[in-house]
Amino acid sequence: MAQAMKVRARMEADNSAADIKVLVNHPMETGQRKDASGELIPRHFIQTIKATHNDKVVIDAQWSQAISKNPFFGFKIKGAKPGDAVTVSWVDNKGETSSIDATIEPASS
Amino acid sequence: MNRLRRTLLKAASFLAGAAALDGGMLRNVFAAEWNVAAFDAADIDGAMKGIGVADANASEDIEIQVPQIAENGAVVPIEVRSRIPNTQSIAILAEKNPFPLIAQISFLNGAEGFVSTRIKMGESSNIKAVVRAGDKFYLASKDVKVTIGGCGE
Repeated sequence: MAQAMKVRARMEADNSAADIKVLVNHPMETGQRKDASGELIPRHFIQTIKATHNDKVVIDAQWSQAISKNPFFGFKIKGAKPGDAVTVSWVDNKGETSSIDATIEPASS
Repeated sequence: MNRLRRTLLKAASFLAGAAALDGGMLRNVFAAEWNVAAFDAADIDGAMKGIGVADANASEDIEIQVPQIAENGAVVPIEVRSRIPNTQSIAILAEKNPFPLIAQISFLNGAEGFVSTRIKMGESSNIKAVVRAGDKFYLASKDVKVTIGGCGE
Protein backbone atom coordinates (compact mmCIF):
# COMPACT_ATOMS: atom_id res chain seq x y z
CA MET A 1 0.00 0.00 0.00
CA ALA A 2 1.17 3.52 -0.71
CA GLN A 3 2.28 5.65 2.19
CA ALA A 4 -0.87 6.74 4.02
CA MET A 5 0.15 10.28 4.87
CA LYS A 6 2.74 12.96 4.20
CA VAL A 7 3.39 16.05 6.25
CA ARG A 8 5.57 19.12 5.86
CA ALA A 9 6.04 21.44 8.83
CA ARG A 10 8.00 24.62 8.31
CA MET A 11 8.30 28.06 9.94
CA GLU A 12 6.86 30.95 7.94
CA ALA A 13 9.33 33.50 6.55
CA ASP A 14 8.62 35.98 9.40
CA ASN A 15 8.84 33.17 12.02
CA SER A 16 5.45 34.19 13.46
CA ALA A 17 3.94 30.75 12.97
CA ALA A 18 4.59 27.26 11.66
CA ASP A 19 2.89 26.31 8.42
CA ILE A 20 1.78 22.67 8.36
CA LYS A 21 0.70 20.93 5.16
CA VAL A 22 -0.72 17.42 5.23
CA LEU A 23 -1.49 15.07 2.34
CA VAL A 24 -3.47 11.91 3.05
CA ASN A 25 -3.94 8.91 0.79
CA HIS A 26 -7.64 8.12 1.09
CA PRO A 27 -10.46 7.35 -1.41
CA MET A 28 -13.00 9.67 0.32
CA GLU A 29 -15.91 7.78 -1.29
CA THR A 30 -19.11 9.83 -1.20
CA GLY A 31 -21.53 6.89 -1.27
CA GLN A 32 -23.06 8.36 -4.41
CA ARG A 33 -20.77 6.84 -7.02
CA LYS A 34 -21.65 3.63 -8.83
CA ASP A 35 -19.24 0.89 -9.84
CA ALA A 36 -19.12 -0.73 -13.32
CA SER A 37 -22.08 -3.02 -12.49
CA GLY A 38 -24.25 -0.11 -11.34
CA GLU A 39 -23.94 -0.86 -7.62
CA LEU A 40 -23.46 2.09 -5.27
CA ILE A 41 -19.96 2.18 -3.79
CA PRO A 42 -20.37 2.52 0.01
CA ARG A 43 -19.40 5.76 1.70
CA HIS A 44 -15.80 5.57 2.98
CA PHE A 45 -14.29 8.77 4.29
CA ILE A 46 -12.18 10.35 7.02
CA GLN A 47 -14.40 11.66 9.82
CA THR A 48 -11.94 13.19 12.24
CA ILE A 49 -8.44 14.57 11.85
CA LYS A 50 -6.37 15.95 14.71
CA ALA A 51 -3.04 17.59 15.16
CA THR A 52 -0.88 18.05 18.21
CA HIS A 53 2.01 20.45 18.77
CA ASN A 54 4.43 19.26 21.46
CA ASP A 55 1.66 16.91 22.70
CA LYS A 56 -0.98 19.66 22.97
CA VAL A 57 -4.00 19.41 20.66
CA VAL A 58 -4.00 22.34 18.21
CA ILE A 59 -6.41 21.16 15.52
CA ASP A 60 -9.54 19.07 16.08
CA ALA A 61 -11.49 18.74 12.84
CA GLN A 62 -14.49 16.82 11.57
CA TRP A 63 -14.94 16.11 7.88
CA SER A 64 -17.72 14.93 5.60
CA GLN A 65 -17.34 12.84 2.45
CA ALA A 66 -17.15 16.13 0.50
CA ILE A 67 -13.47 16.66 1.26
CA SER A 68 -11.70 15.75 -2.00
CA LYS A 69 -10.10 12.34 -2.59
CA ASN A 70 -6.52 12.16 -1.26
CA PRO A 71 -7.18 15.09 1.07
CA PHE A 72 -4.98 18.12 1.47
CA PHE A 73 -5.14 19.94 4.80
CA GLY A 74 -3.14 23.02 5.79
CA PHE A 75 -3.06 24.93 9.08
CA LYS A 76 -0.82 27.27 11.08
CA ILE A 77 0.50 27.20 14.65
CA LYS A 78 1.43 30.48 16.36
CA GLY A 79 4.36 30.47 18.76
CA ALA A 80 5.84 27.27 17.35
CA LYS A 81 9.62 26.93 17.00
CA PRO A 82 11.93 24.94 14.74
CA GLY A 83 12.49 21.49 16.24
CA ASP A 84 9.02 21.33 17.81
CA ALA A 85 7.08 18.11 17.33
CA VAL A 86 3.86 17.91 15.32
CA THR A 87 1.68 14.80 15.07
CA VAL A 88 -1.29 14.44 12.72
CA SER A 89 -3.75 11.55 12.93
CA TRP A 90 -7.09 10.63 11.36
CA VAL A 91 -9.89 8.12 11.82
CA ASP A 92 -12.34 7.14 9.06
CA ASN A 93 -15.91 5.83 9.18
CA LYS A 94 -14.65 2.22 9.04
CA GLY A 95 -12.44 2.77 12.07
CA GLU A 96 -9.25 2.76 10.01
CA THR A 97 -6.66 5.15 11.34
CA SER A 98 -3.22 6.53 10.61
CA SER A 99 -0.79 8.88 12.30
CA ILE A 100 2.40 10.68 11.30
CA ASP A 101 5.06 12.64 13.20
CA ALA A 102 7.00 15.63 11.90
CA THR A 103 9.56 18.08 13.21
CA ILE A 104 9.12 21.77 12.43
CA GLU A 105 11.85 22.97 10.08
CA PRO A 106 13.32 26.47 10.05
CA ALA A 107 11.96 28.92 7.46
CA SER A 108 13.43 28.39 4.01
CA SER A 109 15.87 31.16 3.17
CA MET B 1 22.49 -19.78 22.39
CA ASN B 2 18.95 -21.02 22.02
CA ARG B 3 17.97 -19.82 25.43
CA LEU B 4 19.29 -16.36 24.70
CA ARG B 5 17.35 -16.31 21.43
CA ARG B 6 14.16 -17.35 23.21
CA THR B 7 14.62 -14.65 25.85
CA LEU B 8 15.17 -12.04 23.19
CA LEU B 9 12.09 -13.15 21.25
CA LYS B 10 10.01 -13.03 24.41
CA ALA B 11 11.25 -9.53 25.16
CA ALA B 12 10.52 -8.44 21.59
CA SER B 13 6.96 -9.78 21.63
CA PHE B 14 6.36 -8.12 25.01
CA LEU B 15 7.54 -4.80 23.60
CA ALA B 16 5.34 -5.22 20.52
CA GLY B 17 2.35 -5.91 22.79
CA ALA B 18 3.09 -2.83 24.87
CA ALA B 19 3.37 -0.71 21.72
CA ALA B 20 0.00 -2.01 20.47
CA LEU B 21 -1.59 -1.18 23.82
CA ASP B 22 -0.07 2.27 23.71
CA GLY B 23 -1.49 2.84 20.22
CA GLY B 24 -4.93 1.79 21.41
CA MET B 25 -4.84 4.21 24.30
CA LEU B 26 -3.72 7.00 22.01
CA ARG B 27 -6.70 6.34 19.77
CA ASN B 28 -9.06 6.53 22.73
CA VAL B 29 -7.72 9.91 23.75
CA PHE B 30 -8.22 11.09 20.19
CA ALA B 31 -11.73 9.66 19.75
CA ALA B 32 -14.11 12.53 19.01
CA GLU B 33 -17.84 12.54 18.50
CA TRP B 34 -18.59 12.97 14.81
CA ASN B 35 -21.54 15.36 14.49
CA VAL B 36 -24.00 13.05 12.68
CA ALA B 37 -26.95 15.45 12.86
CA ALA B 38 -25.02 18.31 11.26
CA PHE B 39 -23.21 16.26 8.60
CA ASP B 40 -26.26 14.23 7.55
CA ALA B 41 -28.51 17.31 7.26
CA ALA B 42 -29.65 17.62 3.64
CA ASP B 43 -30.22 21.37 3.69
CA ILE B 44 -28.25 24.38 4.87
CA ASP B 45 -30.67 25.24 7.69
CA GLY B 46 -30.37 21.75 9.14
CA ALA B 47 -26.60 21.84 8.87
CA MET B 48 -26.43 25.26 10.57
CA LYS B 49 -28.71 24.06 13.35
CA GLY B 50 -26.55 20.94 13.72
CA ILE B 51 -23.45 22.98 14.44
CA GLY B 52 -25.37 25.14 16.91
CA VAL B 53 -25.85 28.29 14.81
CA ALA B 54 -29.03 30.16 15.64
CA ASP B 55 -28.06 33.37 13.94
CA ALA B 56 -24.77 34.56 12.51
CA ASN B 57 -23.64 38.09 11.69
CA ALA B 58 -21.96 38.76 8.37
CA SER B 59 -18.31 39.64 8.98
CA GLU B 60 -15.66 41.20 6.78
CA ASP B 61 -13.00 39.73 9.03
CA ILE B 62 -13.53 36.32 7.45
CA GLU B 63 -11.70 35.84 4.18
CA ILE B 64 -12.64 32.99 1.84
CA GLN B 65 -10.32 32.20 -1.03
CA VAL B 66 -11.95 30.05 -3.71
CA PRO B 67 -11.84 30.11 -7.49
CA GLN B 68 -14.78 32.01 -9.04
CA ILE B 69 -15.05 29.26 -11.62
CA ALA B 70 -14.08 25.69 -10.77
CA GLU B 71 -13.70 23.47 -13.81
CA ASN B 72 -13.66 20.28 -11.78
CA GLY B 73 -16.14 20.09 -8.89
CA ALA B 74 -14.29 17.09 -7.46
CA VAL B 75 -11.33 19.25 -6.44
CA VAL B 76 -12.08 22.85 -5.47
CA PRO B 77 -9.28 24.49 -3.46
CA ILE B 78 -10.45 26.64 -0.56
CA GLU B 79 -8.70 28.71 2.11
CA VAL B 80 -10.51 30.36 4.98
CA ARG B 81 -8.90 32.86 7.32
CA SER B 82 -10.61 34.48 10.30
CA ARG B 83 -9.27 37.68 11.84
CA ILE B 84 -11.99 37.65 14.48
CA PRO B 85 -10.35 37.60 17.93
CA ASN B 86 -10.68 34.32 19.80
CA THR B 87 -11.75 32.32 16.73
CA GLN B 88 -12.53 28.84 18.05
CA SER B 89 -13.74 27.09 14.92
CA ILE B 90 -14.45 27.46 11.23
CA ALA B 91 -17.15 25.47 9.44
CA ILE B 92 -17.24 25.19 5.63
CA LEU B 93 -20.57 24.63 3.88
CA ALA B 94 -21.67 24.36 0.23
CA GLU B 95 -25.33 25.33 0.08
CA LYS B 96 -26.27 23.13 -2.89
CA ASN B 97 -24.30 20.00 -2.01
CA PRO B 98 -26.48 16.95 -1.14
CA PHE B 99 -25.10 17.36 2.41
CA PRO B 100 -24.05 21.02 2.82
CA LEU B 101 -21.69 20.72 5.81
CA ILE B 102 -18.22 19.82 4.54
CA ALA B 103 -15.95 20.36 7.52
CA GLN B 104 -15.71 21.93 10.93
CA ILE B 105 -12.25 22.73 12.24
CA SER B 106 -11.56 23.69 15.87
CA PHE B 107 -8.45 25.67 16.80
CA LEU B 108 -6.78 25.21 20.19
CA ASN B 109 -3.53 26.05 21.97
CA GLY B 110 -2.19 28.60 19.50
CA ALA B 111 -3.56 27.30 16.19
CA GLU B 112 -4.42 30.26 13.94
CA GLY B 113 -7.95 30.74 12.62
CA PHE B 114 -6.87 29.45 9.24
CA VAL B 115 -7.52 26.38 7.15
CA SER B 116 -6.62 25.31 3.65
CA THR B 117 -8.11 22.26 1.94
CA ARG B 118 -9.83 20.93 -1.19
CA ILE B 119 -13.55 20.20 -1.39
CA LYS B 120 -16.08 18.52 -3.68
CA MET B 121 -18.99 20.51 -5.11
CA GLY B 122 -21.95 18.85 -6.83
CA GLU B 123 -22.90 22.00 -8.72
CA SER B 124 -22.44 25.77 -8.72
CA SER B 125 -23.19 27.03 -5.25
CA ASN B 126 -22.75 29.57 -2.54
CA ILE B 127 -19.90 28.61 -0.19
CA LYS B 128 -20.24 29.70 3.41
CA ALA B 129 -17.68 29.94 6.18
CA VAL B 130 -19.08 30.11 9.70
CA VAL B 131 -16.77 31.21 12.49
CA ARG B 132 -17.41 30.60 16.15
CA ALA B 133 -15.82 33.06 18.58
CA GLY B 134 -16.91 32.90 22.18
CA ASP B 135 -20.62 32.14 22.04
CA LYS B 136 -21.19 34.15 18.84
CA PHE B 137 -21.22 33.06 15.20
CA TYR B 138 -20.02 35.04 12.20
CA LEU B 139 -20.52 34.35 8.54
CA ALA B 140 -19.01 35.06 5.13
CA SER B 141 -19.87 33.61 1.74
CA LYS B 142 -18.73 33.44 -1.86
CA ASP B 143 -20.21 32.02 -5.05
CA VAL B 144 -18.39 29.35 -7.00
CA LYS B 145 -19.43 28.35 -10.49
CA VAL B 146 -18.78 24.67 -11.17
CA THR B 147 -18.36 23.44 -14.76
CA ILE B 148 -18.33 19.69 -14.04
CA GLY B 149 -19.90 18.46 -10.78
CA GLY B 150 -17.88 16.38 -8.35
CA CYS B 151 -20.38 13.94 -6.87
CA GLY B 152 -21.55 11.46 -9.48
CA GLU B 153 -18.25 11.33 -11.33
